Amino acid sequence: MPDAIIDVQDLAHSFGDVKAVDGVSFQVRKGEIFSFLGPNGAGKSTTINILTTLLPIQRGTVRVAGYDVASEPEAVRQQIGIVFQEETLDRDLTVWEILEFHGRLYSMERAARHRRIDEMMGLVELTAKRDVQIKHLSGGMKRRLEIARGLMTRPQVLYLDEPTLGLDPQTRMRTWEYIRKVNDEGTTIFLTTHYMDEADRLSDRISIIDHGRIIVTGTAEELKNALGEDMIYLETDDNRTAEEVLAGIDSVKDAKPALRGLSVAITGEGARSLPVILERLKARGIGIRSASLKKPTLDDVFVHFTGREIRG
Amino acid sequence: MAMEFLTIYWRDMLRFFRFRGLLFASLVQPALWMAFFGVAMSSNFDRFSMPAALPPGALFVPYLTFMAAGVIALTTLFTSLFGGISLLFDKNWGLMREILASPIPRSHLLLGISLSGMTKSYIQVVIIMIFGLLIGVRFFPGASPLHIVVAIAGILLFVGIFSLGFLFLSSTISMRMETPEGLQGVITLLSMPIFFVSNALYPVNTFPWAMQAASVANPLTHMVTGIRYFAIGPDFYALGGHYITTPLDLLLSLGALLAFAGVMFAIAWWTFKKAVVT
Ligand SMILES: Nc1ncnc2c1ncn2[C@@H]1O[C@H](COP(=O)(O)OP(=O)(O)OP(=O)(O)O)[C@@H](O)[C@H]1O
Ligand SMILES: [Mg+2]
Repeated sequence: MPDAIIDVQDLAHSFGDVKAVDGVSFQVRKGEIFSFLGPNGAGKSTTINILTTLLPIQRGTVRVAGYDVASEPEAVRQQIGIVFQEETLDRDLTVWEILEFHGRLYSMERAARHRRIDEMMGLVELTAKRDVQIKHLSGGMKRRLEIARGLMTRPQVLYLDEPTLGLDPQTRMRTWEYIRKVNDEGTTIFLTTHYMDEADRLSDRISIIDHGRIIVTGTAEELKNALGEDMIYLETDDNRTAEEVLAGIDSVKDAKPALRGLSVAITGEGARSLPVILERLKARGIGIRSASLKKPTLDDVFVHFTGREIRG
Repeated sequence: MAMEFLTIYWRDMLRFFRFRGLLFASLVQPALWMAFFGVAMSSNFDRFSMPAALPPGALFVPYLTFMAAGVIALTTLFTSLFGGISLLFDKNWGLMREILASPIPRSHLLLGISLSGMTKSYIQVVIIMIFGLLIGVRFFPGASPLHIVVAIAGILLFVGIFSLGFLFLSSTISMRMETPEGLQGVITLLSMPIFFVSNALYPVNTFPWAMQAASVANPLTHMVTGIRYFAIGPDFYALGGHYITTPLDLLLSLGALLAFAGVMFAIAWWTFKKAVVT
């Protein structure tokens, strides 16, 4: 990929016996929004920590914005910004001081810095809390402040590790808009999230990662198409037996437990497969409570590739 | 010139002034030392340590004044050894990640923390000197205002280099430790011998041979030598002894402090460059 701004080759990192990242390779194009989806403990944050120079590289190579992360960490740090998954706010400082400190860390020039601080406080609606210490903010307000802080410096690459965790719906939507705006202005974004709608709306490309390995990469459309045009959701008296029966049907690609029923990926048109499936289940004496046809969502993709429900 | 360290300095001082209680708490101990130990010892020592016949024009220094320099040194030692603790707190609260992932050079993180620690020492030293003068410490005997200004600058020079040395040490330990308790343990272990194997409270020339050698290698001894030179003078009598500090002695002490601070800086720099967050 010639226009890759992040280039990761065969990256691995272990904590003792735990292989947190186990041979990962991927590229992120300049200017795109790239997402990592994966269950808890999949290795998303560990990857971000390595890409942001916070953890040493044990195996593999990583280049960010043309610099080698292992040998030129200081140059890499000039190019990046991060919103961490965990809270990283000084409880004793005020909202304004948090942003002022951050702007100064990134050598933002005074006038521009103060203008941007006002703008960011407005964006996340914390202007009224300007001189309030962090320990007196609600959880969501703290998260909003961290997002504001991450977005204020306009780095080349911005890492967002589950940025909208714990935000109310309105704030999430506004945050999406702003992430898009920052992205339109040229910042490449590396996102992790457990919200499939968020990944679907924002990402240009998505990698699904589990057990420290990338399982599949593509646009949201490509990933959904991998499951076929249609999906069928079934609730039966005996899901376990139903799963076996389904495995023997030609037009069924794959059936996985989902919610209280089964999520069935099929080849071809759903409207044609559905009667066949229902027939076969009935023949085995399995009662059907409900059956519905739907377009695959990213949730289905996630379940399909990781074999589990999202454990947010 | 790169001034990024000012950002770190700014935040640390902001926190310091927000929690003025810490400043007052850190002043209580030296004040008590001087008010009780100093005054009590003075009233005893000065009776029998006064030489029968002082040469004409010689300067006799009462114990309270003699030990005031030691109390300044003790306070600086403690404050500096504890100075790195803000790094540990930052690490534990996750705040260090923000700083370590930012473009600020690691050396500036070290410098910013150290300079704010030095500033805290300066504030304490000035307050202790004023307190001392109020309870009868006789610093700067017979000096003109200009002399006093120079003398204070000299004291701050010695205090500054000394405190930087120990701040670098404390920062190194903090970057390598996981918990504040660990740092506390190291400080307790270090501070006692450093304080007592020095000339802070009594002359060292009556020590056994090995302790004398240790006291010469002790940065605290060199700082106290500097403080006494500027606060009292190059030639005085105290505790039955005759103290002479030549300009060469003074320079040697300064050199020893600089060497100490330099080595500590090198170790700290190396530690900071390799610092990662786990
Ligand atoms: N500092 C650490 N020490 C030991 N093990 C760690 C450490 N950090 C992460 N791990 C382990 O590495 C694995 C990957 O963790 P990581 O934080 O990268 O997961 P994640 O994909 O970000 O998960 P989540 O969605 O829960 O944030 C987990 O098994 C975790 O227990
Ligand atoms: Mg994570």
